Amino acid sequence: MGGTVMNKTVTGNSFTKGNSMWRYTFIRLRRNYLAMAGLVVILLLALTAIFAERIAPYGYATQDYMMIRKPPSAKHLLGTDEFGRDVLSRLIYGSRVSLQVGFIAVSIALAAGGMIGAVAGYFGGKIDNLLMRIMDVQLAIPTILLAIVISSVLGPGLFNLMIAVGITAIPRFARLMRASVLSVKNTEFIEAARAMGASHTRVILLYILPNCMAPLIVQATINVANAILFAATLSFLGLGVQPPYPEWGGMLSAARPYLRSNAYLSVFPGLAIMITIVALNCVGDGLRDALDPKQKR
Amino acid sequence: MNDAQPLLDIRNLFVRFHTDTGVVHAVNGLNLSLRKGKSLGFVGETGAGKTTTALAALQLIQSPPGEMTGEILFQGRDVMKMTEPEKRAFRGGKIAMIFQDPMTSLNPIMTVEEQIMEMVELHSAVANTRERAREMLTLVGIRPERGKDYPHQLSGGMRQRVGIAIALACEPDLLIADEPTTALDVTIQAQVIDLIKKLQSSVRTSLLLITHDLGIVAEICDDVAIMYAGRLVETAGLRQLYKKPLHPYTQGLFDAVPRLDTDPGEKLAVIPGLTPDPTNLPEGCSFSPRCPHARHVCHERSCGMKEYEPGHFVDCHFPLDFSSGNRGDGK
Repeated sequence: MGGTVMNKTVTGNSFTKGNSMWRYTFIRLRRNYLAMAGLVVILLLALTAIFAERIAPYGYATQDYMMIRKPPSAKHLLGTDEFGRDVLSRLIYGSRVSLQVGFIAVSIALAAGGMIGAVAGYFGGKIDNLLMRIMDVQLAIPTILLAIVISSVLGPGLFNLMIAVGITAIPRFARLMRASVLSVKNTEFIEAARAMGASHTRVILLYILPNCMAPLIVQATINVANAILFAATLSFLGLGVQPPYPEWGGMLSAARPYLRSNAYLSVFPGLAIMITIVALNCVGDGLRDALDPKQKR
Repeated sequence: MNDAQPLLDIRNLFVRFHTDTGVVHAVNGLNLSLRKGKSLGFVGETGAGKTTTALAALQLIQSPPGEMTGEILFQGRDVMKMTEPEKRAFRGGKIAMIFQDPMTSLNPIMTVEEQIMEMVELHSAVANTRERAREMLTLVGIRPERGKDYPHQLSGGMRQRVGIAIALACEPDLLIADEPTTALDVTIQAQVIDLIKKLQSSVRTSLLLITHDLGIVAEICDDVAIMYAGRLVETAGLRQLYKKPLHPYTQGLFDAVPRLDTDPGEKLAVIPGLTPDPTNLPEGCSFSPRCPHARHVCHERSCGMKEYEPGHFVDCHFPLDFSSGNRGDGK
């Protein structure tokens, strides 16, 4: 067979280092201070959730009958609730629920919605029509109502909460995925892959899905915040995690009667929710900018 | 017409697309054969159905809107009757394709090395696919270290070389090059053409070159087929056809090639009119509305392929008479 055409004097340059799309994305993300701050907050939260037993000064259900609804003090940094439980400890344990619900519910939505969208977009025609009309029907039902129905059918509890929150987010992912697939499907490299002898499954998994991930990741990040808020809403309504296990939304709900006398009881869980969501949104916005090819430099 | 069995033999191929605006007749009764080891230039205007024919040969016509009839024999087997797994093994393994636009024909999120490896994994038992991919890169003149790069880090010419490397990685029997140089500038065109020519002889593959550049055809092809509105109008050996084009359309194409010796300011020759709307083809010879020599019979029925000299086929009632300069009788 033929020999080398080009000379081989120059070996290795700045291009030949491992530089994937993700590496570039991270480099661009690092320039965005807001997104980095958000990322740090999320990481801290994750660590808090993982090491809750070690960080929390008290157990989440440990009661101190001498300290009922006491404002913040040196002993109880964020005060105590109506059963004499330490609010800080409960917030720390509550971060577990919130993060789990946020990420797992979104994963459910991403997997199911992504799959529905990919199939609808790739095969088109009747399958597309059928799947997307089902999604439209679901979109027509108010999400809160749907979530309430699902969690009351499945019964309260952490896992069912995740499923309920996840299901309500499916159509958004399906539509986004379908749109991305449609734009990628007709590019020449897909035809090239087919001409190479790749099967439909291989084309979808190796060529189409990875090329559609960018908008989905952004949507997922922002949706985690939504899911946490949603879970908090459901817990506020009593459909989420059951007491005595703490959940931020549930804590807010429990604090409502004491809004006038002990405002801190609702302020701190509210703050926790707010900080988490702002941080997640910052990361999501940052990712969206970093993944935007028009900003490539 | 050949003693040996042709590698690719397309018989009476029709491709139609059913769209909202009507039936698009993309390919209409095409007959084409390609001998083993030879290269065939497939020339025609945009929309003549060249790419559609190539995709039909690969069985890549999407089948709710598209519809194919006829026979496509490859090494004596009808590809239309193959099962889906057979077709997959056949695409890439037996027939490989180089695409027109190197900017969009590579997967942007896979390294070029991985893309060559994909092809090798799909069609050969080579154990060290990465090694093979690097070999192919070297073969097309790209330093193997660049294999770790993503397509956007390569220039257009290099990407087209990668496309060639992918296509040839499993040493296919037939290489279809779909306007491989259209998206490249002239100097790179020459490099890519040289490369295809060189590799074609070293890998011993046949070539179907789709183009509208008669210069490129002259450079690498043995035979030429001229396509117009979904059917062939003239096929011949390279020298025969360039020496004496018989079909008025072929003549028109040659006249339209810009020459260095025309006076500045002189207008380029054009073929009047446009290619017919494939949803509504004219009666008779489809070139008749634009043909300067068309007579009554041309508008009524087409002539069908006739051999005017050995190996030189023309579909025209009144082929240009090269010896006397007059039009033939067509009786």
